[in-house]
Amino acid sequence: MLSIKNLQASVEGKQILKGINLEVKAGEVHAIMGPNGSGKSTLASVLAGREEYDVNEGNVEFLGKDLLELSPEDRAREGLFLAFQYPIEIPGVSSTNFLKTALNQIREYHGEEPLNAVEFLSTMKEKMKLVEIDQSLLNRSLNEGFSGGEKKRNEIFQMAMLEPKLAILDETDSGLDIDALRVVANGVNTLKSPENATIVVTHYQRLLDYIVPDFVHVLYKGKIVKSGTKELALELEERGYDWIIKEVEESAV
Amino acid sequence: MSQIADKADIKDTLLANFEALKREVEAKNNAVLNENRNAAFAAFEKLGLPGAKSEYYKYTDITKVLKKQFAGHSLAPQVKISSSALGSIMLEDLEANVLVFVNGRYSKEHSNIISPANELVVTELSEAAVAHKEDFEKHFAKYANVSEDAFTALNTAFTQEGAFIKVAENKIIEKPIIFYFITDSSSSQTVSYPRNLFLIGENSQVNFVESYQSIGEERNLTNSVTEIVVGENAYVNYHKIQADGENAYHIGTTQVYQTAKSTFNAITITLSGAVVRNNLNIVLDAENCESHMYGLYLLKDQQHVDNHTMVDHKKPNCFSNELYKGVMDDKSTGVFNGRIFVRQDAQKTNAFQSNKNIIISDKANMYTKPQLEIWADDVKCSHGCTTGQLDEEQLFYLRARGIDKKSAKAMLLQAFAKDVLENIKIEPLKKKLEEILEARLHV
Ligand SMILES: Nc1ncnc2c1ncn2[C@@H]1O[C@H](COP(=O)(O)OP(=O)(O)O)[C@@H](O)[C@H]1O
Repeated sequence: MLSIKNLQASVEGKQILKGINLEVKAGEVHAIMGPNGSGKSTLASVLAGREEYDVNEGNVEFLGKDLLELSPEDRAREGLFLAFQYPIEIPGVSSTNFLKTALNQIREYHGEEPLNAVEFLSTMKEKMKLVEIDQSLLNRSLNEGFSGGEKKRNEIFQMAMLEPKLAILDETDSGLDIDALRVVANGVNTLKSPENATIVVTHYQRLLDYIVPDFVHVLYKGKIVKSGTKELALELEERGYDWIIKEVEESAV
Repeated sequence: MSQIADKADIKDTLLANFEALKREVEAKNNAVLNENRNAAFAAFEKLGLPGAKSEYYKYTDITKVLKKQFAGHSLAPQVKISSSALGSIMLEDLEANVLVFVNGRYSKEHSNIISPANELVVTELSEAAVAHKEDFEKHFAKYANVSEDAFTALNTAFTQEGAFIKVAENKIIEKPIIFYFITDSSSSQTVSYPRNLFLIGENSQVNFVESYQSIGEERNLTNSVTEIVVGENAYVNYHKIQADGENAYHIGTTQVYQTAKSTFNAITITLSGAVVRNNLNIVLDAENCESHMYGLYLLKDQQHVDNHTMVDHKKPNCFSNELYKGVMDDKSTGVFNGRIFVRQDAQKTNAFQSNKNIIISDKANMYTKPQLEIWADDVKCSHGCTTGQLDEEQLFYLRARGIDKKSAKAMLLQAFAKDVLENIKIEPLKKKLEEILEARLHV
């Protein structure tokens, strides 16, 4: 589904990603872990198409298309979804209108008829239950005045509405208490299917207790330095990142 | 024709027109109007048109515009306009008192007053000078000062027609009063001077809409003055909607005088026009008054819109609040000048002002200037202005959900405009403006 080859990217002339290789297949859950500043969010942003990042090398194939050639909106329409680390507040834009526009533009891209108001509302109701989000939140402007947890929950709600093929959750666990974490994880797990895939970007192992990864990758200084299964995450939880860093530095000598 | 225009001098033109007008109206023998007329023209001659160094017209060189576009003009021809041509201009689904002016002249056939006479008096200005002599003499041209602004002086000198509105005391006027000032320059260049006087009785409530629109290919100039006197404890919503054509020039003054415990809400929306200058002056001459001023201008091409506002806090315990927002595209120019004057007597004044602009083209310009002059010491005043581009983060968020760039921009601009539009309490008007906005932004 997603094939990243030797991806190198920089921001403001500073190289951050230094050759990422990653294969994600349908039905899989990948976790990308690593110490702060290692480039995890940068990777997520580059995949979603944030314009301030320059790709210097490499290529990314997503469902047979050259992902890096697509505009952010076309990436979303092809089925890529980024749950933002810091979802932004957009006063004056109604949550409902925003989602309806997004959903229908995605449908239009695939040659499908737009949902009418009734269909849309019933889909919304159904998905709201999934992430236990309250109607009153959605009556407000997009994310406006939402707490940190509410914003994250809203990201998962949007994901449920848009039904992406590949979801990238960027530090979705940060700032969540255990209850919220459980709700968010439950939402993600329910949406999981053999046809879609998830990349969980996280600093801590905590979220991985709830969203169990098939593969765990450690990103350090812009490279994936170690890959393994969920046991690797547990080991990181116990021993921290230092031992990996040491391993990397030693092998570099 | 253009050759003559090139050689003609704008001042000579104005003088010739004034003489012609006097010959025409002298016969009507309307002493009050004519007396004001002569004094006003004398005041204009003393002031002259604003020079290049004029502070008040610093970013809007209106004299140059007049010299270039209107030298050699004659007064607006009287034309008739068909109901079908009016159809697209008028608000539907709204029961209202409707007054239509075409090229500055009252069109009885298209107007319709539905509120009962014990609530609302509506007459032509020239009639009011006779039929409501006492009110007229007491208030007409007593607020908009002819010795301060050349265009107020010119309007007063050229006043022929306009509306006199008197709202009785203790009445809630359910049906809004809507003015359609239509300029029809399809047969020739048009210059008109609408003039209105609104007197609002104590404890009454009323909604006004002034809608300016033009049809026709030739250039047209509207110089309008509206004076509004808000009685004690009265509540007034005043909307000025400008949707003139690309060859329309507009200079307008709304002069408001508020008495104790009154509230005045002004909403000025500018959607188009070549050069537009709006002056909104509010004098708070008693305690416990409240004023809100909202503005929205949506500019493209080479449009130039200049909003000057002034609130004069003369007495204690008043509140004024101002929010003007602009979106500028192409090579358009916006000007905002907000003056807040707090006199020594006006303790416990609360006065707030904000001007926010989004520039969506690198060739557009915005000049904004707050002007706070505070002579009292126990006051709360603040002002702020921002001019910038659309928020890239917000834009990316929307696009990352599959919304194309154009729609995403339109959504953000609509959200930006919302703070202003949501203050419009006349639903069909709000809806129509939202539709216009949506259509404009999605192009
Ligand atoms: N927009 C940006 N401008 C400048 N530096 C950036 C920007 N985004 C990320 N960086 C830098 O890139 C490095 C990696 O950051 P990030 O991808 O956020 O790491 P992580 O998510 O692993 O904590 C950091 O040194 C950070 O300061």
